[in-house]
Amino acid sequence: MWAIISLLVENKTGILFKVTNLFRSRNFNIDSISVGVTENPAYSRMTITTNSDEKRVTQIVKQLEKMIDTVDVKHLDEHKTVYRELCLFMIKISKASDSMDINKIATAYGGKVHDVKKESIMVELTATPHQIQAFEELIQPFGIIDVARTGVTALQRSGS
Amino acid sequence: MVIELMNKMETMTGAKALMTAMEKEGVKQVFGIPGGANLPMYDEFARCNIRHILARHEQSAAHMADGFGRVSRKPGVCFATSGPGATNILTGLATAQADSAPMVAVTGQVPVAMIGRDAFQESDIIGMSNPVVKYAFQPRTAGEVPGAVRKGFYIARTGRPGPVLIDIPKDVQQNEAEMEFPDEFKIQGYHPWADPDIVACERAIDMLLNSEKPIILSGGGTIISSAFAELQSIAETLMLPVVTTFKGKGSFPENHPLSLGPIGMHGHAEANKMMTEADCVLAIGTRFSDRSVGTFEAFEKRLKIIHLDVDPAEIGKNQTAQVAVVGDVKASLRIMIKLLLQRAIKKTEESTWIKHVKETKAYWKENLKIHPGEMGAAKILRKLRELLPPESIITTEVGQHQMWASLFYDVIQPGTFFSSTGLGTMGWGFPASIGAKVARPDVPVVDIAGDGSFAMTENSLATAVLEDIPVIVFILNNYSLGMVAQWQRTFYDRRMIGVDQQNCPDYVKLAESYGAQGIRAQSMDELHKAIKTALSSDVATVIDIPIDPVEDVLPFVAPGTSLADMVLPS
Repeated sequence: MWAIISLLVENKTGILFKVTNLFRSRNFNIDSISVGVTENPAYSRMTITTNSDEKRVTQIVKQLEKMIDTVDVKHLDEHKTVYRELCLFMIKISKASDSMDINKIATAYGGKVHDVKKESIMVELTATPHQIQAFEELIQPFGIIDVARTGVTALQRSGS
Repeated sequence: MVIELMNKMETMTGAKALMTAMEKEGVKQVFGIPGGANLPMYDEFARCNIRHILARHEQSAAHMADGFGRVSRKPGVCFATSGPGATNILTGLATAQADSAPMVAVTGQVPVAMIGRDAFQESDIIGMSNPVVKYAFQPRTAGEVPGAVRKGFYIARTGRPGPVLIDIPKDVQQNEAEMEFPDEFKIQGYHPWADPDIVACERAIDMLLNSEKPIILSGGGTIISSAFAELQSIAETLMLPVVTTFKGKGSFPENHPLSLGPIGMHGHAEANKMMTEADCVLAIGTRFSDRSVGTFEAFEKRLKIIHLDVDPAEIGKNQTAQVAVVGDVKASLRIMIKLLLQRAIKKTEESTWIKHVKETKAYWKENLKIHPGEMGAAKILRKLRELLPPESIITTEVGQHQMWASLFYDVIQPGTFFSSTGLGTMGWGFPASIGAKVARPDVPVVDIAGDGSFAMTENSLATAVLEDIPVIVFILNNYSLGMVAQWQRTFYDRRMIGVDQQNCPDYVKLAESYGAQGIRAQSMDELHKAIKTALSSDVATVIDIPIDPVEDVLPFVAPGTSLADMVLPS
């Protein structure tokens, strides 16, 4: 199963190392990780996505809860959560119509176009990993020069 | 953090603050070795009431602290310098972590400004130790030292105990600051104890009552939380047979009619047999290690599991429990006892199951084949048992002798048997026995050893002699790395590689060279006299007992097989 785990941690040196080292030493995998300080500078929020079976996800959450530096650990229900990832694509332009076609696809996915050059175009997309994958498949034929992704960040909807 | 100030502020160095804070924690002694980066804290021994016990290797200092901690149930403390001093304690930290032993290790570090510059004797001990400590602190200013000590000791001894590292840069030790010594405090992300769920305790009782063949599996958690009386009460009230893990050995008196002894790779035949026949297990403070249960799948497929543990992450990690009670196992067992009282449940009539258990136990007592020679392991260890008072404390090294101790040395008084069961650290037993003796100078302390394992930390003899800590080292000497040799005989077609230690060193002469007493015992008569001499001696004694180099430890459950596949002596 694909799981989003949200951690509220103390904003101190070395916590990111401890969290990732826990995943490594316990033989869990990290698909993506994003970290940022919260409105209270004493804490940071980490969002980790992982692929595992349910028993292992439960075990990951318990091991993270056991860490003394974690204040709150949640396995988020993706149906009750807003989760997004920011992605930048550098795409190849081979013929005149490519730029227009890519622009159309980007617009359909709510993306923004940057850095339009004769031989390449950059698209910024903020979406779910699933949508990003669909977008990637559509632009694959043009030729992808480079990709950078932030990893998923997520917040539970209120009342859930 | 909520901090109340008990003492008025006082200006002092970080090193002085460290010792003052440790005195407030009740620390009476530190095991350690000085070096360049921890000299400021060592200098404070001249001005405080804490005894320093000099080890001859930092790993041994850590094991001494570990042994002290397991016996006293208060964190043992070890000191090491930066760099190699710090890396030398890693095995000690990992051993304590694997067996949930309370310990605080304090290391010196290069000055703050030098960190990260590959300075002389710099090691990133915070990074290296991360997977093998419960928590680590590196105060970067002198004023942070008292808080790190206060929280460090609290974390080490509470909940599921474990080792805590405090790494203090040299300038932080030297610098002065206005010190506050916090009394009350809170660590936001740390919840060491949960209140046991009463409904789950009810369900546990119902499940036990509704099973035909229930059994108790008692682990190290019973010993850590001193739940001996509670365990005995539950076992007797419900008339349940008790097996233990190896770590839980001696959590239940092994001369009790309901005791079957440890299960596992080298478990007692009757314990493994009954464990494989049971239909419901009350598992107390155990992580269901592979060495205890064999293959995980075979174990959980057959059994309804009730799991009591202080660590929520242990629930469902290795085995799926039908009923789980999270909390200190002593508290959970007390609730179960109270519920049994309320429901006026007390079994008085022996069930078919318990009769079968007792018959099986009696059968194996009569029929387990042991080494026929005069100096077979079983006879040697039974002699030791016969001559030691019940309150004596045993530590063991790691290897064949350890498993023979598990099989043939019956623990009568609960909580008097300690071994490196999780990490399996050769060399642990002897320094740990020194720590144990410091915690309990009033009782005999014996390290049941093998020649291979004892060789790894034998230089702790210097500590035992010079610091006047008279422990007994009881070496079953087969002149080889016996357990490895057994595996080579069993699994590698008798190709014996790298296991021959020969008669090197001569342990009697070695002991004497340190100023300890060395005795060789080659017959039962000599052994009897040697143990008597050691017990009445006020100096550390090494008893060297030559044994048959090809004696195997049996029964044996091969790795990757289930308890039902136990190989018995033929």
